[in-house]
Amino acid sequence: MNIEQKQLDALKNLLYKMADDQLILGHRNSEWTGFGPVLEEDIAFSSMAQDKIGQAYQLYSILNELGESEPDTVAFTRNAQQFHCCEYVTMPIGEYDFSLVRHFFFDNAELLRIDSLINTTFDPLSLLARKFKGELKYHVLHANTWIKQLANGNAESKKRIQDTINASFGLALGIFEPSDDENSLIDTGFFIGEKALQSKWLAIITPFLNSCDLSLPNIDDTKPVYGGRKGNFSQYLQPMLTEMTEVYAIDPSAEW
Amino acid sequence: MDIKNYTKEQQLIFEALEEVMDPEIPGLAITDLGIVTKITVLDAEAYIQLTPTFSGCPALRIIEEMVLKAVQDLQLFDKVVVKTTFDDPWNTDKISEKGRAALLKHGLTPPPKNADYLELDVLSDTPCPFCNSKNTTLKSPFGATLCRSMHYCNNCLQAFEGFKPLT
Repeated sequence: MNIEQKQLDALKNLLYKMADDQLILGHRNSEWTGFGPVLEEDIAFSSMAQDKIGQAYQLYSILNELGESEPDTVAFTRNAQQFHCCEYVTMPIGEYDFSLVRHFFFDNAELLRIDSLINTTFDPLSLLARKFKGELKYHVLHANTWIKQLANGNAESKKRIQDTINASFGLALGIFEPSDDENSLIDTGFFIGEKALQSKWLAIITPFLNSCDLSLPNIDDTKPVYGGRKGNFSQYLQPMLTEMTEVYAIDPSAEW
Repeated sequence: MDIKNYTKEQQLIFEALEEVMDPEIPGLAITDLGIVTKITVLDAEAYIQLTPTFSGCPALRIIEEMVLKAVQDLQLFDKVVVKTTFDDPWNTDKISEKGRAALLKHGLTPPPKNADYLELDVLSDTPCPFCNSKNTTLKSPFGATLCRSMHYCNNCLQAFEGFKPLT
């Protein structure tokens, strides 16, 4: 395949965005290990962490084949400004309602992103997308089941889910921060673009939430939290990275 | 994978791999699990292609090493290469009948075939591996390993695990 340099750079940027989202949210999910509200949720968040970090590894491996550094080097030696994830995934896990709503918003978006990439003209990514889709379906199934359950629980559980949806919607819209270079991917059929993805996402989650008697805030009154895709983060990512890379940093040349 | 047209050498490799067991499910050969997707022999070099059940499967590196050793031990080839790819991705329909029997023997309900698993119903109907009752409840689509789900049997009152469908 003959890819022009401009498209190659845009493709790498898309792969970094996806891989970094999965790595950082995977790490955040793993912070529930041992602390879940019930044992099944402890295991669910830990399993999803494992899936996500595994998916990040496979995406970093494609980047490696496109000339970037080894997956471990990429994951463990960059500082916050060099990451391309959205701000939302960097946020601390908070209470269970925050993590659950993030899981719902993010994984519904990720399943649509992956589904749209099954037909991408870049074969290595198309193959991975087919694989990831089956795994992500379980994440979405899990998120939707719990949102529904808590919406139908009692007045407190419903209020907490609705309040968290209201407070998180701007962060969730930040998942779809457009990149300056994505038009070259859209023109060539590599990717449908962030704007189109956001529309698909709203068309899926709006009726689902309504069926649970929950609602989304008005999108026109909500300011999306952008910046992460360009490496501009609030205070949360760097401390998380420092902790995540603590062991690696003691001796980066160690053989495991 | 079409093993009927295998050459003698490919057949020998396949037989060696039938002895390589999944490290997480004793008694289940990787050939019955369906993760060996290609065996190629070129002159004195053997190439074995594997594919993971789940992308984050932590057992994969160990399985790669076990496959490498099993084929090297045949002492038929100058070079043995084991590679993991997604060219022929795994799904639960790749598990052989023998593999399904091995899962059941290990106390894991085999996955339904050709399942549309976004519907929760598929997992809700998972039969109990101990008493075969369908009066069971899905406790969580995630279990002790990435490929398992957790259930409870309302008939024999036991918790059990299922091998969850992936298409």
